[in-house]
Parts: sequence; C-alpha cells; structure tokens
Amino acid sequence: MKAFTKHTGLVAPLDRSNVDTDMIIPKQFLKSIKRTGFGPNLFDELRYLDSGEPGKDNSQRPLNPDFVLNQSRYQGASVLLARANFGCGSSREHAPWALEDFGFRAIIAPSFADIFYNNCFKNGLLPLVIDEKEVDELFKSVEAVEGYSVTVDLESQTVSTPDGKTYSFEVDEFRKHCLLNGLDDIGVTLEDADSIRAYETRRRQEAPWLFPAG
Amino acid sequence: MSGKTLYDKLWDSHVVTDRPDGSSLIYIDRHMLHEVTSPQAFEGLRIAGRKPWRIDANLATVDHNVPTTGRESGVEGIADPISRTQVQTLDQNCNEFGIVEYGMNDKRQGIVHVIGPEQGATLPGMTVVCGDSHTSTHGAFGALAHGIGTSEVEHVLATQCLVQKKSKNMLIQVDGELKPGITGKDVMLAIIGTIGTAGGTGYAIEYAGSAIRSLSMEARMTICNMSIEAGARAGMVAVDDKTIDYVRGRPMAPKGEMWDRAVEAWRDLKSDPDAEFDKVVHLDAADIEPQVSWGTSPEMVTNIGGRVPNPANESDPIKREGMERALKYMGLKADTPMTDIRLDRVFIGSCTNARIEDLRQAAAIVKGHKVAPSLKQAMVVPGSGMVKAQAEQEGLDKVFLEAGFEWREPGCSMCLGMNPDQLGEGEHCASTSNRNFEGRQGFGGRTHLVNPAMAAAAAINGHFVDISDFYSKAG
Ligand code: SF4
Repeated sequence: MKAFTKHTGLVAPLDRSNVDTDMIIPKQFLKSIKRTGFGPNLFDELRYLDSGEPGKDNSQRPLNPDFVLNQSRYQGASVLLARANFGCGSSREHAPWALEDFGFRAIIAPSFADIFYNNCFKNGLLPLVIDEKEVDELFKSVEAVEGYSVTVDLESQTVSTPDGKTYSFEVDEFRKHCLLNGLDDIGVTLEDADSIRAYETRRRQEAPWLFPAG
Repeated sequence: MSGKTLYDKLWDSHVVTDRPDGSSLIYIDRHMLHEVTSPQAFEGLRIAGRKPWRIDANLATVDHNVPTTGRESGVEGIADPISRTQVQTLDQNCNEFGIVEYGMNDKRQGIVHVIGPEQGATLPGMTVVCGDSHTSTHGAFGALAHGIGTSEVEHVLATQCLVQKKSKNMLIQVDGELKPGITGKDVMLAIIGTIGTAGGTGYAIEYAGSAIRSLSMEARMTICNMSIEAGARAGMVAVDDKTIDYVRGRPMAPKGEMWDRAVEAWRDLKSDPDAEFDKVVHLDAADIEPQVSWGTSPEMVTNIGGRVPNPANESDPIKREGMERALKYMGLKADTPMTDIRLDRVFIGSCTNARIEDLRQAAAIVKGHKVAPSLKQAMVVPGSGMVKAQAEQEGLDKVFLEAGFEWREPGCSMCLGMNPDQLGEGEHCASTSNRNFEGRQGFGGRTHLVNPAMAAAAAINGHFVDISDFYSKAG
C-alpha cells in the first residue's frame, strides 16, 4: 500500500450530499477482476453525457461540461472536497480504487459512510472529517480562488490553506500508523496469530457448533 | 453497572484481542463470498503466498452477474465475456482454495444473503461478513453481520479476523399493531424516512418492540437488510422462538445434542432489560402506511396516499437542492399524487424481497389478474434456487406466468443490473429492491422502492395503487 504522509494538491469541490458508491463507480465497471484501471470511469454518469461501458473508448465520449471534474480549472485536482455522508451505499472497494486511480489522495467531507471510510485507508487514500461550517468555508474559498490548493498533513492531522487557515481532523491511531508507513494490515494481524489460535481453542469449547469440521 | 445490549454481547464474545488504540481484533465465524468483490482478494492472497486461515468458515456463490435466463449452456454460455470471466474466476478460486461454492447451476445457488440463512450457514450468535453491504440481513438471527470491502475480504480469508472499532448502540423500537398488509419493507422504509440515510452512521442498530416481534423471520431479514440504507453497517433482532424454529433442521444447522446446547446458548442473545443505548428511536406501528419512494435516496419516501413533495416547502438549502435534483432525475413534478406515477417495468426480486413469503404475498395479489398492457415488462426473480423450487411446488410460478410476468432464474438481476436485466433511460420501475440511486437499475432508470404486494398491484394497474382494500376485504 502507498504510504501517506503529507500531500499538497489542488482541490476540486463536489457540491452534493449523499454521494453514493454507485455514483462514484457504476456497476458495469465492477466486472473487472483487477484493482486498477477504474479512474477513467470515476463518476461515469456525472462525467459523461452518454452511458459508459467497459472497453468503450472514453476519449470519444461526450463530456458533461457542467461536471466539476471536467472544468479546466480543476484539472489535476488531487484533493476532493465533498458534502455529508460521502460514499454511502454499496461496500464496493472499487469506489476508493477509482478515486485513487483518478489521482485523488485525500477527501475532505463533514461525514463519510462507514464502509467507504474504512475502505479508503486500505488504499492509501485519506478520508478526513472536518466540521460542516469549515467545509462550507472551504467550498466558498475553493470556488472563489482559481488554483486553490491545500496541504494535508497526516502526522500533525491538519489541513492548511493558502489563506493561512488550519483545520485539524481526527484519525484512529492504528489507521494513522498503517497509512503513514504504508503497512499491510494482514501482516500486522498475523503477528497476533497465537491469540487467534487461543481464541479458537476457547471458543471451540464454548460453542462447538461453530466449528462443524471439528 | 448497566446490562449489555445484544450488540455488546455479540461483540464481547468475538474479541480476540483489544489493541492499545481502541480497535479490536474480532473473530469471524462465517464469511460469505460472491464473484464481484472477491477476485482481487484471492489475487492478493496468491501474491503474498498466503492460504485461507479456516476454509470451512467460507461459503461462496455467484449472484450479481449471472444471467436469469438461458442457463442451459452453463457458465460458458454467459454472453457478456467480462461477466463470464468474473464468474469463472470465482469458480477457479474456490477450486484452488477448497472453498464450498454453489455454482451457477447448483440448485442451492442464489443471492448470497438469501442462501446463508436458507442453508443454516447463518446461525444466531455468529459474526457474519461478506464483501457486500447487505450482509446486515443476517443480523435478523441475533448475529453480528455487516458488509466489508475487498481488502477486508482478503484480511478475513487470511486471518479469520477483522480489525474493528466498536460502534455505538442504537435501539429502534416499533411498538403496537401493524395494519393488515404492512410488511417489513414498509416498516423499514418508514424508519429510513424518519432517521434518514445517515441516521444510523456509526451505530449498530437493534430492532425491537412488539411490532418487530410479531414479524416473521423473513420480514425481519428484510428490515435488517436495509440497515445499510439507514447508514448502519449492522442491524439485528434478538433471538426468540421464531428464530429457533426457522433455523431448526436447516442443512448446516447443528443437530442432535449439539442443537440443544446451541439453543440454550442462543436464548441469551437479547439485550438485558437494563441495557443502555446511545440512541433510541420510537415508531408507532399503527401509523405505518404502505411506502413508496419518489426520489433517488431511500429516505425520499412517502405513504402511498401521499404526494411527491414540493422542494419549495423545504427550508434547508442543501436538502432543497437535493430534492430538486432528485425530481429532475425522476422526471416528476412536485405535488403529483404517488398513485399517478406511470410505470414501465416491475421488478420483484433482490436480497430484500425475494424469499418465499415475498413471492406468496405478490402472488396473492396477482392471482386472476393480468399485467397492465402499458407495461413493458414485469419480472419475478426468486432469491435462490431453493426459493424457486418451493414457489414452483406451490404453483406460484403459474400464477405469475398466467398474469404475464416473467419467471426467472435466481440472482441479483435488476436490483443492480450487472447482468442484462436493466432499466432503459427514463423508465419508471416499481422495484422490491433496496436502492433507488441514480443509474442503479440501469443508466437513467427511475426506481421506486415498494413491498412485493405493492409491486404486484402496480404491475396489474400500470401505476401505484393502495392495496389496503385488498387486505381489509381479505380481513
Ligand atoms: S440483490 Fe441487490 S442488494 Fe442484494 S446482494 Fe444482490 S445486488 Fe446487492
């Protein structure tokens, strides 16, 4: 997994709440058996005016000029600014894969859906929560100033803006540790293999029906 | 000290270790797999040279991509090459790692959340996970069940555990008597309409109260299924006699003396009377009417007797904008009576409402009637091969076919349209599924969530109708 320490990047504002994972990456693209290549179809139904299919040449498709990621001033954005309950709906990890593949490294929102939030950390993508008022403030600044970039610092848990403001955010210690070091959490869990075996032995006594194979 | 909630009990009995940062390693008893969210996880195992920790805890099936017609030529016959590869990839992975899979033409194949309970693979007191957000369904058995992402699928395969932070406890208490014909679906849509799609975020929900107790296991599954639409990863119902009766005799349920021991333990799977919840929501069962969604989020729902709401009456600007956007997408005018919405297709299926009781409720309405000629399609997709066989034994397939419905092979089908079953642009569909998101059932498709009997009645009339009369006559 890619480590995340500090990132400075252009901010793109996606001004709608309850953005669901079907919207982030529509179902027809979930048929891939790979983890990569989802970026060109990120927000497919918002980004293009026709309906997308796997294998279709995206460079030939009509773009929706109103969609934020199609506007020239947001080209190259790597920080997504979003509204409440971002990532709700399906548990598809293809959603963070698509965001990451497109080039996003961090998402700022007042709240995230649980599963999506969790999935981001597994993919080197940092979802960070700041409060509604601060998000509002950021939306205003981003829309007012072309080329508005922020610096997200995971170590100090802060977002700093060009106008000198600093917003802080919370993040679990363990998640932070894994993300800072790009750690694979399966490896970390397997360090506890003895505890897992001890649990199984105890549980087999208490609830043997959960271990039908003996 | 106050007592424990059901969630506390399930959590405590599955903690392997607590970590210094407040997260815990939680043991997973049952891991269900399907073709869409697992290929990258198996690939990860292979790359790292890891083996599954406990093979017998896994159970796999194909459901999202499979065609619901023309299965005679088997997996090879799946027309879409990308879907075919995904189905074949699961077959190969299960073979390679020795995991039991109900393949496409196995009679036990079906939607993952239908087959778990049906086979007794889901038991009270278990932790159940699957790379699918509707895993919350299994919570109806007094189990801790929730969806996970693909990295976590790999984590569970490799370690039989998940790293989790404990959620907060929410109690949704529905008391009183439900009106005739009000189903689990209506109760749940009414709950979501009340607390909103983010209302349960960060919580594990327990559904309780006399109205929940009065519901069948299948209706409880429908409710728990849509916990995720209320923002909660997990929803659950305490164990009672109905739970135990439902599990008894299922192929993978314990037998003989082991059964008795299990039942004794399961009796404790309920919240203590003095347990405290972080949030409590009350609903009066008698107030719940048949529900129909009008918008593009499951909280955008109203009574069948209601109207499409008017954004002008909404004071919160973000909400108002969301409503306007939804109305535009849905092609609906504010203040239109719900019963005036013309339909193009009707879909009865999905892990929310494709079990035998759902099909019985729909068939009871359909019997002796014909699908409205204005409809392009009305289809019934049973949740599993076992449900299909049971329905055919009861003659329900004939009722549907005679009325002009299509009777399909089991799978997710038009719930998300990964297979050829999709809505066309601008088409309105009465659907018994769980998500009315933009594009969910097909590009530009317009979904209205309803219960199976409402969907059936809508198919006959070509528009939504209040079916209360049917039930009061049947009395
Ligand atoms: S029926 Fe629909 S919601 Fe259920 S598992 Fe399949 S796609 Fe998901």
